[in-house]
Amino acid sequence: MLAGAAALTLLVMVLLALAFRRGGAEAPGGRRAPAGLWLGGLGVAMPTTLLLLLLGSALVVGERMVARAAPERVVIGASGHQWYWDFTQPGADGPIVTRDVMHIPAGRPVDVRLQGNDVIHSFWVPRLAGKMDVVPGHVNLLRIEATRPGVFEGQCAEFCGLEHARHRFRVVAHDAAGWAAFQRGQQP
Amino acid sequence: MTPVARHKALTAIWGAPRGWRGTLCSVNHSDIGKRFILAAFAFFAIGGVLAMLIRAQLATPGSAFVGPEIYNQLFTMHGSIMMFLFAIPMFEGLALYLLPKLLGSRDMAFPRLSAYGWWCYLFGGSILIAALVMGVAPDGGWFMYTPLSSKAYTPGINADVWLLGITFVEISAIAAAIEITVSILKLRAPGMRLERMPLFAWYLLVTALMMIVAFPPLILGSILLEVERAFDWPFFDPARGGSPLLWQHLFWLFGHPEVYIIFLPAAGVVSTVLPVMARSRILGYGWIVAALLALAFLSFGLWVHHMFTTGIPHMALGFFSAASALVAVPTGLQIFAWIGTLWQGRPQLRLPMLYLLGFFLVFVLGGMTGVMLAMVPFDWQAHDTHFVVAHLHYVLVGGFIFPMLAGAYYWLPHVTGRARVPLLGEAAFWLILVGFNLTFFLMHLTGLLGMPRRIYTYPEEMGWTWLNLLSSVGSFIMAFGFALFVIDVALQVFLGRRSRRNPWGAHSLEWAMPVPAPAYNFASQPHLADDTPHDGPLAADPGLPQRLARGEGYLAEARHGWRETMAVDMGSGAVDHVVLLPGNTRLPILTALVTGSFFLALLAGLYWLALLPVVAVAALAWRWAWVLGGRAAIGPVSIRPGQTAPTHREAAGAPGWWGSVFLLVADATLLGSLLFGYAFLWVVAPNWPPPAMIQGGWTPALAAALAAAAAGMLLARLAATASQEGRRPAARRAAAAAAGAQLLAAAALAWLGAAGLPPPDSHAYAAASWALLAYAALHALLAALLAAFVCARLGSGHIRPGCGLEPAVARLFNDYAAAAVLIVLACVLAPALLP
Ligand code: HEM
Ligand SMILES: [Cu+2]
Ligand SMILES: [Cu+2]
Repeated sequence: MLAGAAALTLLVMVLLALAFRRGGAEAPGGRRAPAGLWLGGLGVAMPTTLLLLLLGSALVVGERMVARAAPERVVIGASGHQWYWDFTQPGADGPIVTRDVMHIPAGRPVDVRLQGNDVIHSFWVPRLAGKMDVVPGHVNLLRIEATRPGVFEGQCAEFCGLEHARHRFRVVAHDAAGWAAFQRGQQP
Repeated sequence: MTPVARHKALTAIWGAPRGWRGTLCSVNHSDIGKRFILAAFAFFAIGGVLAMLIRAQLATPGSAFVGPEIYNQLFTMHGSIMMFLFAIPMFEGLALYLLPKLLGSRDMAFPRLSAYGWWCYLFGGSILIAALVMGVAPDGGWFMYTPLSSKAYTPGINADVWLLGITFVEISAIAAAIEITVSILKLRAPGMRLERMPLFAWYLLVTALMMIVAFPPLILGSILLEVERAFDWPFFDPARGGSPLLWQHLFWLFGHPEVYIIFLPAAGVVSTVLPVMARSRILGYGWIVAALLALAFLSFGLWVHHMFTTGIPHMALGFFSAASALVAVPTGLQIFAWIGTLWQGRPQLRLPMLYLLGFFLVFVLGGMTGVMLAMVPFDWQAHDTHFVVAHLHYVLVGGFIFPMLAGAYYWLPHVTGRARVPLLGEAAFWLILVGFNLTFFLMHLTGLLGMPRRIYTYPEEMGWTWLNLLSSVGSFIMAFGFALFVIDVALQVFLGRRSRRNPWGAHSLEWAMPVPAPAYNFASQPHLADDTPHDGPLAADPGLPQRLARGEGYLAEARHGWRETMAVDMGSGAVDHVVLLPGNTRLPILTALVTGSFFLALLAGLYWLALLPVVAVAALAWRWAWVLGGRAAIGPVSIRPGQTAPTHREAAGAPGWWGSVFLLVADATLLGSLLFGYAFLWVVAPNWPPPAMIQGGWTPALAAALAAAAAGMLLARLAATASQEGRRPAARRAAAAAAGAQLLAAAALAWLGAAGLPPPDSHAYAAASWALLAYAALHALLAALLAAFVCARLGSGHIRPGCGLEPAVARLFNDYAAAAVLIVLACVLAPALLP
């Protein structure tokens, strides 16, 4: 996508530069540029083709990211507040609630059930997935997955008032043993 | 009459007195246009200073320069000022100044309305700036998402300032849109066919039509949110059946077309200036017009791309993603039309062209990132980061500021009558271009590194420090560039040599007059032959300006102190009638002051007191319409030797009629948005169905409302017919009865609500139903006012047989009120009637 954008921009710039060179070279006016080529070809056909290709691939990628039923899937509740996050993980005996730190198993798909309470926030862990808004009155689902254990930074991405900048959180992805320990209530 | 004598006589008629008297009462389009441009630039400077403060804060991590309270006000006001107080008014000013001159006309269709819009803009903008100075400026971001901007989370008046101030300013946007539309359709030089008019007029026509449908959703949203904040009607409160997403839909239904509303006039400048710089004619006039229409249409189907992360199903997003990408096609077409134009011409690298090259570079890059953001998976990452900040500035600065600067240098000689001082402009250009790219290109990277927008600070370890520092340095370089631009313009105004009449060798009509432009534009109006090219007649007919000055065109005679200009048939441009425009008056500033006191009363929470200015505005509007026209018949007047035409009050299809039609189109869009909101809440919002619905006891009220509204409509029609046929007493009785019937209809609607609906603060359902009833009742009252006006004018003898304009307008509003009552009742009663 980046290369394509750079190439197109370059094309426009080169065409512009050429227009000036040609203008300098041959003086007489009254020349007509072929409208069909410039407008029909470069103006309509070229962008339409490129865009259709791009759209198709985006749709495929997007579909893969949508939360679908999967075995092994873990559902974790996240609720955004001014200005903290509460996460509800499934534990061995009942849900485990944590504040500002979310625990997930690595290597398994996780569906985050986003629930709003006061104003709109947005759940965003750049390394794990795209963002999804937390809207009061609506429940949104976001599929994330950590391929390896580790700690990932998260950030509220929708402006939510005074402390929006500090509305951050952490996601801890455990290996299988760590996850089991967490579920038994043994904080690592 | 000699040209000099004609100049004196016409200036006496069209000019304004010197000094503050003239300032307060002038309604001339050149005056108002220049004021809009100056004020918009002043607001740009204020917004720019805020941007500098933002960049100063972000230059270093953990900066203690301002805290979040101030920072949130800074970016909210920066965005709001740039969008509402700078970009839109700047284009309105350019349109007001230029349009009549391009079209070979002497003024806009509704001069007092332009003046009223100007004062509303000035006062509304001042309210916002005053709030900024007092430290109570809006702080919820320029799109004011609920519930953050609802009373519970923004208890102060910050949000009210935004809602009321911006709505006040929007009055001027709607006024300008209607005025631009009607002026282009009706007030062209005779012989100028619609499909031959200058491309700039096409751009402005499409823009104005878009504004007529795009602004009402925002105005409605602001009204609903203000009502929620003031009276606790829970449109957006999920606990009581409202939805925060309703605000987002209403806002972006406006907000996306808004981006094109800002871009299109600037693109119109490109299409006007570029061919002159290329010493050629634009390539593909017809293609471009088609692209504009496609753009206008598509841009209303894209608003959801601002909501990709709100949880809308992925397939629905696919549709909006495709539409968003598709909109790049008509834009790309224009780019290649412009490049093709350069190829077929002999381009000269003069200063406006330099800015146009800057436009190509910056805008194309912005378009590329736009297409990226239209791809849903990419947007899920980049949304609400500094990548978006970079994208939107590439599009707005590239697509608006660079073309406008090109236009500024192109048309300044027209305004000042002077040539520019060499070199300073080039230096300013390079500073702006380099500074801009340094500032914003780096922001793409900061965004991709994960820096969200609207954060007042960030910790050192994020790794954004260097990029931010360089961005800030760039923004100060750019600021120097703009300062240099101001100095350059000031030097031109005060020290420049006198300019030639047509310094660029352009062909369009605005250069067929002396510079600086006289108040009346054309000493006599041109006639365009059928084969006149669309870029203007001056290439084929270089002697035209002199002939017009000698009075060899239309309306060369300065008579009775009338401000006369020709109105034409919309399509063919054939002579239709002569419009007698109103002269200087203080009514616009008075009405704007009273309108402003209405908004101030609301801001202060004095809701009962706010009724006072409402009554006063109605009285001023009455006066406004009353002073038009006289009692005596005029009959056909001479427009050039051997040719006569009727005056507008004695002709069909006068500008006033078309203005009313387009006003009602905007009004109907508002109703449509309200119905959309009602249905949206019903289907999507949580906590439905409501605890109480409409119930028994409404049947008599329903019957009364329907009967009264229908009677009002029929009687207003009867009044129009009777007055046309000269049966004055019958017409008066019918008009009076129509007014009475509409008053009854309004009362019956209130009765229906009281009898059947739960209280409006109980649930969003009740609030929406009450809002619908209020809409219908308000329009019944408006229809009553117009019918009463016609009754009074029949009595005073202003309306004679043959003067059909006022009864026709009253009939139109009565028809509309009846339709609104019917639709509203059907929707409000649907839950009771359907199982
Ligand atoms: C003149 C140089 C300008 C600079 C240095 C500048 C800088 C900025 C910065 C840094 C932000 C991001 C603030 C944040 O997210 O924390 C911003 C936001 C914004 N700017 Fe500019 N800007 C400039 C000109 C403009 C112009 C000309 C326009 C429009 C015509 C504009 C419209 C906006 C809008 C709509 C926002 C979003 C505000 C919000 O998030 O509510 N800016 N600007
Ligand atoms: Cu937040
Ligand atoms: Cu958009």
